[in-house]
Amino acid sequence: MPLDRNGIAKRAAQELQDGFYVNLGIGMPTLVANYVPDGMEVWLQSENGLLGMGEFPTDDAVDADLINAGKQTVTAVPGASYFSSADSFAMIRGGHIDLAILGAMEISQEGDIANWMIPGKMIKGMGGAMDLVAGVNKVVVIMDHVTRKGDPKLIPTCTLPLTGLRCINMIITDLCVMEMNEEKRRFEIIELAPDVTIDEVLEKTTAEVLVSAACQH
Amino acid sequence: MANKIFQSPTEALEGLLTNDMMVAVGGFGLCGIPEKLIIALRDSGVTGLTCVSNNAGVDEWGLGLLLQTKQIKRMLSSYVGENAEFERQFMAKELDIEFCPQGTLAERLRAGGAGIPGFYTKTGVGTIVADGKETRDFDGDTYVLERGIITDLSLVKAWKADESGNLVFRKTARNFNPMIATCGKMTVAEVEEVVPMGDLDPESIDTPGVYVDRIVVTTSEKRIEQRTVTA
Repeated sequence: MPLDRNGIAKRAAQELQDGFYVNLGIGMPTLVANYVPDGMEVWLQSENGLLGMGEFPTDDAVDADLINAGKQTVTAVPGASYFSSADSFAMIRGGHIDLAILGAMEISQEGDIANWMIPGKMIKGMGGAMDLVAGVNKVVVIMDHVTRKGDPKLIPTCTLPLTGLRCINMIITDLCVMEMNEEKRRFEIIELAPDVTIDEVLEKTTAEVLVSAACQH
Repeated sequence: MANKIFQSPTEALEGLLTNDMMVAVGGFGLCGIPEKLIIALRDSGVTGLTCVSNNAGVDEWGLGLLLQTKQIKRMLSSYVGENAEFERQFMAKELDIEFCPQGTLAERLRAGGAGIPGFYTKTGVGTIVADGKETRDFDGDTYVLERGIITDLSLVKAWKADESGNLVFRKTARNFNPMIATCGKMTVAEVEEVVPMGDLDPESIDTPGVYVDRIVVTTSEKRIEQRTVTA
């Protein structure tokens, strides 16, 4: 059975480690915060200038001066810090953030990502996505394996304008988990969702991929 | 001593505005925007503006107000998704926009204010952001040359100022304001409170007064884009 949004987020949370500084993208990636294991210390970075993001506030604690990168009102945990956007992206670009989890429209077999514009449609902008994929030490994409129309999203070469080049380290979809094999420059399927077959995954993937021994027939 | 305190947003902008000028405006979404200075800019009737700001406000607030009156000719932003009028003008090609990655935008503003005309970054390499720009390899990786930004005018929002122009920001309302304060040939700060000199701890000044030419105290509405709460 393919994973649902929460299942994908829960699997992504397994990539967290104690003491990690982590940036979660807008949308499904924010759900990962719900699955931080008990007792693990994880610092959430919000690129508008907050390290140590907490939960949403109670109604009487809402503060217009304290928001996340999705413009939602949030709180800061004890030990948090505020800083400018320049400092925030110095952390990101400078390789000080351990992990970023974000969504994608397309991923190429070499690890390129496209997630910010569709030609001919309204372009909203890339926000901080290009900086995050270029600068963060480990970049994990979580997404559905295929588009709503059923087209593969892991493809030989991206057709949409790129967000970053050869920068994705791991992909977690509703069907499987794939890790970039740096030596071969291809993603390797390392886990299948419960009751999902390798044949189904390969049928829905046009990129050239590797299959780990554990996921072979 | 030169007086930096002005009595109204309109007075604080007097003599600083010309058509077709470049203006940087602080804020992230509607958080930490110089909301009353933006209204004064609109009411001045100045046109042909190039605005540098991470976002473009919403239809009824922030830089969205200047889009409604078509006073903006060109925007330099990283994300503009919250604004229907922006979308209409953009699709109708009435408005010119340059998208700049958020971190690159922050650094371009910082560099401009710091006398650095350009810098190399790996952000955007291999994407359309790098089209037509010089690239250079350092230690085996490719980087793209991005230019510093100097604006004719910078508008920022701070929490507190003292009479010498030292600024302190509040929480995530800081965002782009510190860099934008440095990159303007003239910088006007909208603040919630002005305190006497000596009342702000010199150890805790975010923006030293050298960057700030004019100050105006306003009552901020601080509108919230996504009010999100837990039970």
